[in-house]
Amino acid sequence: MQATAQKVFDIDKIRQDFPLLEREMNGKPIVFLDSAASSQKPSAVIDKLNDYYRQGHANVHRGVYQLSQEATTAFEEARELVREFINAPSSKECIFVRGCTEGINLVASSYGRKFINEGDAVLITAMEHHSNIVPWQMICEERGAELRVAPVNDEGELMLDELYALMDDKVKIVSLSHVSNTLGTVNPVKAIIQKAHQKGIPVLVDGAQAIPHTQVDMQELDADFYTFSGHKMFGPTGIGVLYGKEKWLEQMPPYHGGGEMIKTVTFEKTTYNELPHKFEAGTPDISGVIGLGEAIQYIKEVGYDNISRHEHELLVYATEQLSQIEGLRIIGTAKDKASVISFLVDDIHPYDLGAILDKLGIAVRTGHHCTQPLMDQYGIPGTVRASFAFYNNRADIDRLVEGINRALKMLR
Amino acid sequence: MAEINNIQNEIIDEFAFFGDWMEKYEYIIDLGKSLPLIDEQYKDEDHLIKGCQSQVWLHADEEEGKVKFTADSDAVITKGIIALLIRVLSGQKAEDIAKSDLYFIDKIGLKEHLSPTRSNGLVSMVKQMKMYGLALNAKS
Repeated sequence: MQATAQKVFDIDKIRQDFPLLEREMNGKPIVFLDSAASSQKPSAVIDKLNDYYRQGHANVHRGVYQLSQEATTAFEEARELVREFINAPSSKECIFVRGCTEGINLVASSYGRKFINEGDAVLITAMEHHSNIVPWQMICEERGAELRVAPVNDEGELMLDELYALMDDKVKIVSLSHVSNTLGTVNPVKAIIQKAHQKGIPVLVDGAQAIPHTQVDMQELDADFYTFSGHKMFGPTGIGVLYGKEKWLEQMPPYHGGGEMIKTVTFEKTTYNELPHKFEAGTPDISGVIGLGEAIQYIKEVGYDNISRHEHELLVYATEQLSQIEGLRIIGTAKDKASVISFLVDDIHPYDLGAILDKLGIAVRTGHHCTQPLMDQYGIPGTVRASFAFYNNRADIDRLVEGINRALKMLR
Repeated sequence: MAEINNIQNEIIDEFAFFGDWMEKYEYIIDLGKSLPLIDEQYKDEDHLIKGCQSQVWLHADEEEGKVKFTADSDAVITKGIIALLIRVLSGQKAEDIAKSDLYFIDKIGLKEHLSPTRSNGLVSMVKQMKMYGLALNAKS
């Protein structure tokens, strides 16, 4: 599907597509290694947003005038792009949300109020981001349900036997990440979904860290819910997608009330609009949706094959280079990894390393990466995390290694 | 108050000798490494200020209307900056601490470490130090 217009992968050309990579940080050319937190944007997306606000803006789904109809068409075309991108059976199943966090909150709240009752359980894993822990804790508390946590081993891989053993008939939903934001672990979600389905349990997949790196196919995965953020996949901030199977979305009550999500309103009774609008109360993030559509086009042009190959090369190279630093240990050494490397050096605090790398123009993430329970399991305060996108190159990794060595001279 | 500002100006003068950020950071790191900052018994939950990035422990004692601070952090750069804050504020009058304007951090080019977005516990620590000053001043 994506093979249509793939270009030959030229990293220098790719880098020119991202204007931010030309700037400096603390007087040095920036080395941006925090794409797992949020990726940079190609000119195509920036220009699209600009054009939309200059020439294309009106509210969607209500105006009879031409401009509003154009905006509506652009908006709904973007939804169709999303559907095709993730190979969802229907665009009705693709709901625009603010981001992955809202996607999970929507399901936890809406599915939870309908299907989770006292004595039931929700199953997550020990490597989840806070956004895939807290919404479930909230609904479990409200409904009197139990939150179960499947363990992770020392390499940062899910312990599948334990996970499957926790899937009993009390479990009403399994929610887990496709790729760990802290460890880079790629979870075997397809096999996990199959196993859960054998027991009649639906599965939500937090795809925030997967979508920027790999093609996902809803019909192949057979996920019940899959959610991701636009800003991590080269699109605008404030927009994301929740895919949900129609059979669930139809049964779930609306999440927010307001305009757009209604069919008829009287003070006695409101009837709700059809999917996907039932879950899209209020004026949507129109520019965000259109920008997201452009980001999808951009990814398709670069091609996931190229992205995966280049990022894997970077991961291998970075792992080799970093491993040569004395005292450096990588946290998260799963066999199947996305281009994320968390590490620590001796007992040096991640904040100290990060603060010096910042001065050297190198943007990495430090801290617990919103996975405090995982840090507790490893008995560490946090890590330094370098995450790579396809616009990174080997020179970025060389600068990182050089920067770490310089920081260590100061800190040791 | 004059004393607090005198110390701040002293620090600013000292930092003027550093050629670049590396010398500055090396000095801060040395400060962080060399100072025994807090009695172990105070490194508990009650004295902990939790930042996203690093953690800070702060303890205050009162001696004849003056506040003595001791503090610590798990990150050495944070700890070095704490050493400077303690040099400026510890042993000062409660009233002066509450009213102090800590301009030296900006002047010596370390303000990013005292920004709320860093979330290293230092912003909350300074707030807490001033609160102690305010509370002790109200008591006296």
